[in-house]
Amino acid sequence: MKNRVVRGVALAMLVLPLALLAAGCGGSSSSSGTTATTGGSSGSNSDVKGSVTFDGIWTGAEAQSFAKVIAAFNEQYPNVKIKYKPVGNNVPTVLATAIAGGHPPDMADIAQPGLVKQLAQQGKLKPITYAKSAIAANFAPVWQQLGTVDGTLYALVFKAANKSLLWYNVPAFQQAGVTAPKTWDNLLADAKTLKQSGTPAYSIGGADGWTLTDLFENIYLRTYGQAKYEQLSDHTIKWTDPSVKNALTMMGKILGDTGNLVGGTNGAIQNGFNDSVTNAFSDPPKGAIVFEGDFVAGVILSSTKAKPKTGFNAAPFPAVKPGPNANAVEIGGDLFVTFRDTPAIEAFVKFLATADAAKAWAKLGGFGTGNKNVPASIYPDAITRATEAPIGKATSVVFDMSDEQPSAFGSTTGQGEWGIFQDFLRNPSNVNGIAQKLETAAAAAYKSGK
Amino acid sequence: MVAAPPGSDPAGRARYLTGALFLGPAFVLLGVWMVYPAVYTIIRSFFGRTGYLGTWVGGSNYVRLFTTHTLIRAIENNVIWVAVVPALVTAIGLIFAVLTERVSWAVAFKTAVFLPMAISAFATGVTWRILYQQDPDVGAINALGRSAASLVSAPGVLHTALPSTPTLQTRNGAVVLKAPLQPGRSVSLGLTGIPPQDVPSGAQQAVQPKAQSGAIDGVVWRDFKPGGGKPGVVEQGELGLPGVTVQVKDASGKTRSATTGKDGTFSFDNLPSGTYHASIGAQTFSKPFNGYSWLGPKLITPSLLIAYIWIWAGFAMVVIGAGLAAMPRDVLEAARTDGATEWQTFRRVTVPLLAPVLSVVFITMIINVLKVFDLVISLAPESTQANANVIALAMWRTAFGGANDFGTGSAIAVFLFVLVVPVLALNIRRFKRDV
Repeated sequence: MKNRVVRGVALAMLVLPLALLAAGCGGSSSSSGTTATTGGSSGSNSDVKGSVTFDGIWTGAEAQSFAKVIAAFNEQYPNVKIKYKPVGNNVPTVLATAIAGGHPPDMADIAQPGLVKQLAQQGKLKPITYAKSAIAANFAPVWQQLGTVDGTLYALVFKAANKSLLWYNVPAFQQAGVTAPKTWDNLLADAKTLKQSGTPAYSIGGADGWTLTDLFENIYLRTYGQAKYEQLSDHTIKWTDPSVKNALTMMGKILGDTGNLVGGTNGAIQNGFNDSVTNAFSDPPKGAIVFEGDFVAGVILSSTKAKPKTGFNAAPFPAVKPGPNANAVEIGGDLFVTFRDTPAIEAFVKFLATADAAKAWAKLGGFGTGNKNVPASIYPDAITRATEAPIGKATSVVFDMSDEQPSAFGSTTGQGEWGIFQDFLRNPSNVNGIAQKLETAAAAAYKSGK
Repeated sequence: MVAAPPGSDPAGRARYLTGALFLGPAFVLLGVWMVYPAVYTIIRSFFGRTGYLGTWVGGSNYVRLFTTHTLIRAIENNVIWVAVVPALVTAIGLIFAVLTERVSWAVAFKTAVFLPMAISAFATGVTWRILYQQDPDVGAINALGRSAASLVSAPGVLHTALPSTPTLQTRNGAVVLKAPLQPGRSVSLGLTGIPPQDVPSGAQQAVQPKAQSGAIDGVVWRDFKPGGGKPGVVEQGELGLPGVTVQVKDASGKTRSATTGKDGTFSFDNLPSGTYHASIGAQTFSKPFNGYSWLGPKLITPSLLIAYIWIWAGFAMVVIGAGLAAMPRDVLEAARTDGATEWQTFRRVTVPLLAPVLSVVFITMIINVLKVFDLVISLAPESTQANANVIALAMWRTAFGGANDFGTGSAIAVFLFVLVVPVLALNIRRFKRDV
């Protein structure tokens, strides 16, 4: 009897749940050559006919906004049909499958500059040199560089999200009698005043390592400029470089001001990005300032009661040094690439570089662009104007460094850059040790490749 | 289909066919989902990071496994898990099982203890993460701690306050006027760092009282107005802090106390001449209980162990309870008749008879613990996941969770497999013996 019990129990044990990992691979279909129905309007543009298949990240409301851009295009080119397919965030996987299968879409929207580089070097992309003059007429020269791989223009950065921002609690700033800091010294002075007023200045979401690397990248970019930023990003200068140590020392002035962090060092390391936002915009405020990109607005609106302008506001990240780097901007970008070359595709790409294309989406919100011919007044509300207008004005623009580095170093939880910056938050005086750790991890990651 | 009697050739073949038909699907599924991935993983562990196979790197993935700091931490943590969890789960399960036999609400109790098994480990992790939050306003465990702490000593009314000028300093939690003073002075005790909502109710515009001979007067106020104001000077718009206890101590050590009024002023009249030291008592500034950092790097693994034991104790209780129910009562009665105490009966009769069940629970827990993954990824905040790392999580992180190093990831998977095999073999041998 005893044995039977044991055996029954034991057999039940044997049937332990087995986890199966099934890699979901989305298929991709691409149709080409379907002639579109003839539209109503006439003119030389209506000679351009055909269809363009387009795989994009946007779904839902964003897909509808992009449909407005396509509609604006069709007003000029009635006989080109754009077939937009909302793929979602797994564009890289879908594209990889489609390319391997030999049927890539005509165009795609890629958020990873590293992937664009890789595809261009593999010869999968078609150059878009025909759009050079359109881009030059509408964008600062830096935007062509961002779409260029090994000297050839492959991508148009159609949509950009500003990551060089500072968000602040308006009542907390009013109580302390300070205004949005314009320079680094202003920031440190404001922070001191905020602390005296009883509100800790900095709300840090250090449990998410990327909030720390973004802060570092902004300080580095605004101090040393685009060229040096890109060298660091490519690992052609080392993380033990004096410039890195200096930027870390500056960052340490924020992270080391422990009485001025929401919840002290322990709070800063345990709060994630969302916590840092809700803490800073709660009532009464637990903190006053959050350093992050334009997406903070969405979190504030969905998880706090703060209202735009009266409760929260955005300002450009403080200028660290006067000069050309003072308004440099770090962005997350949507890069449009082409896999084929037809008159219809050319027409669409050229159109996308114009102000008309950008305006069609900009007036709906949730959109930023480097197009300098898009007036700030087109943005639908004050917050969007504050966050997106600086992108068009910047002469110096870079992608998020983590998007360009090997992911083992730049974007893995608890490892590489994210983990090491969390160590830095725990001990912000250890600048040399952290620089050395970063260099060791970077060297290992770049050696084993992306 | 009824099998033909053995012996005749066609009938034998038909039997084989039937067997093959029945076993076929299982073999195919096992082959596709178990054998192929296992073999591929073993081969893959000798190749580089990307691609179907990548480049041959020999044993270097295994070298990395034992030389990378994050992976070593994962192995160390797994050792702690194996050392602590199976033994504790078995012991707690045994205690619960024996005790539930004797309580009247046994079913309700068993259900309550078993309930965590019905919740997915991921949901458990999310729940415990909230319980463990350091901020007592959020984390229930630290909220309990705060309630207990506030019974012992209530937090000060101005616990965030700081001296506004260097003429004051913080000493042993109290704010002390550095320079000694004589009667006939009016002193300024300015404080900053007080949020507007923490200013005691009824506060009015602060006033710097006039000096009077033979008395020490002064004001305690929130030395801040928007923009900062002038530190150390009472200005229009700055509020007095009422209800603060100010002390002066004379040369002999005798202390006098006074409480501030609505405008923050206080006064010590009729003081004999001499030198005095003024201060605001430490209890005004005593910090509230700020919670333990359960999710911090030091406590994260113990916190995880507690949550994991909470999940599995019910399982152990039910399994051991089943064994207990099946145990022959006459043996226990015989022991009692022979004069054994309850403890002796438990120790010498119950436990030995239950030994096979206990070892099944123990071994099962070892296997479970070696594979632990979901609880760690959902409970540990990202900033301490490196401290909480375990082998299965390290494997996933290395192969899929960003690093995308399939070579090293496979090596970790093989290592984990090698660890599980001996325990599994032990278990299988046990089944065979029991049959």
